[in-house]
Amino acid sequence: MTAAALKVWVNNTPLELPGQATLADAVARFGIQPPFAAAVNLQFVPNTRYPQTPLSEGDRIDLIAPVTGG
Amino acid sequence: MHSTPTSHTTDDALVLYGQRFASRLLLGSSRYPSPDVLQAAVRLAQPAMLTASLRRQNLQAGEATPNHFWAMLNELGVPVLPNTAGCHSVAEAITTAHMAREVFATPWIKLELIGDDYTLQPDTLNLVEAASRLIKDGFQVLPYCTEDLVLCQRLVDVGCQAIMPWAAPIGTGKGPINPYALRTLRERLEVPMLVDAGLGLPSHACQVMEWGFDGVLLNTAVALALDPVRMAGAFANATQAGRAAFLAGAMPEHHSAQPSTPVLGTPFWHQT
Repeated sequence: MTAAALKVWVNNTPLELPGQATLADAVARFGIQPPFAAAVNLQFVPNTRYPQTPLSEGDRIDLIAPVTGG
Repeated sequence: MHSTPTSHTTDDALVLYGQRFASRLLLGSSRYPSPDVLQAAVRLAQPAMLTASLRRQNLQAGEATPNHFWAMLNELGVPVLPNTAGCHSVAEAITTAHMAREVFATPWIKLELIGDDYTLQPDTLNLVEAASRLIKDGFQVLPYCTEDLVLCQRLVDVGCQAIMPWAAPIGTGKGPINPYALRTLRERLEVPMLVDAGLGLPSHACQVMEWGFDGVLLNTAVALALDPVRMAGAFANATQAGRAAFLAGAMPEHHSAQPSTPVLGTPFWHQT
């Protein structure tokens, strides 16, 4: 039986993913290219942990990339 | 007979967390008219570090574009100092710092924890906790702070080996608005101190360096100049001049005039 789809938020944008999706799935679907870093619900997730990080309904994912700064 | 000026080759590196830097100027990378101007300013000023930040990248799937800023950072080869700009809580700052460490592959972090959006004043009540936790996590923390002596002492107490008091609110260009507090801070604490934020003119940078501060970090004063590249060079020179003056030791100030030409043997003295 296929798990129900789940809805998460990536950088405030809604994203539908298959049930049992991981952070690696969300990153791939979002399409961001390195370099970037990720956090789920304000918790940093090292890039080596993306495939082992399951997502839950309503999770808020932040993907951030280098920009200029003072 | 003329004497030859002595050439001083004393090593006067800026040392932060045990790492040596040839320059005492740290430069921000934001608000320049173009990436080319930023690049030229950095090449001329040769800063010790270049600050950078992290922001959400919003895109539709399949529309990812190369990060030109990242490519420029790699090409310039200047050590990057990531910041936590825009963070309003300890949790946000800590998470952002960890993300920055992974992206930029550096333990350095300019810790910004904003307590007031109008003045961009640091959240002095929570800054110490954030710094303490990041130091325990292995970061080399450069906290952006006010010139408050007790706050800065607490930052040192939790392990900050350098601190970055503001001269004035970010982007104002006002220069040091509280010289008494800044100079008191310099006299009381021995850790390296970089004056960060609020400098508008090279003379401001020179002034704080003359007071014994160890370096300056600035962005807007260069980026918004009519000629940012030339201004970057001016700040680099002013920072060096102020440092040299501090090391040279200024003359004591006098209330009354002191003739610089010898009075003894003055011609026509008391002859009329």
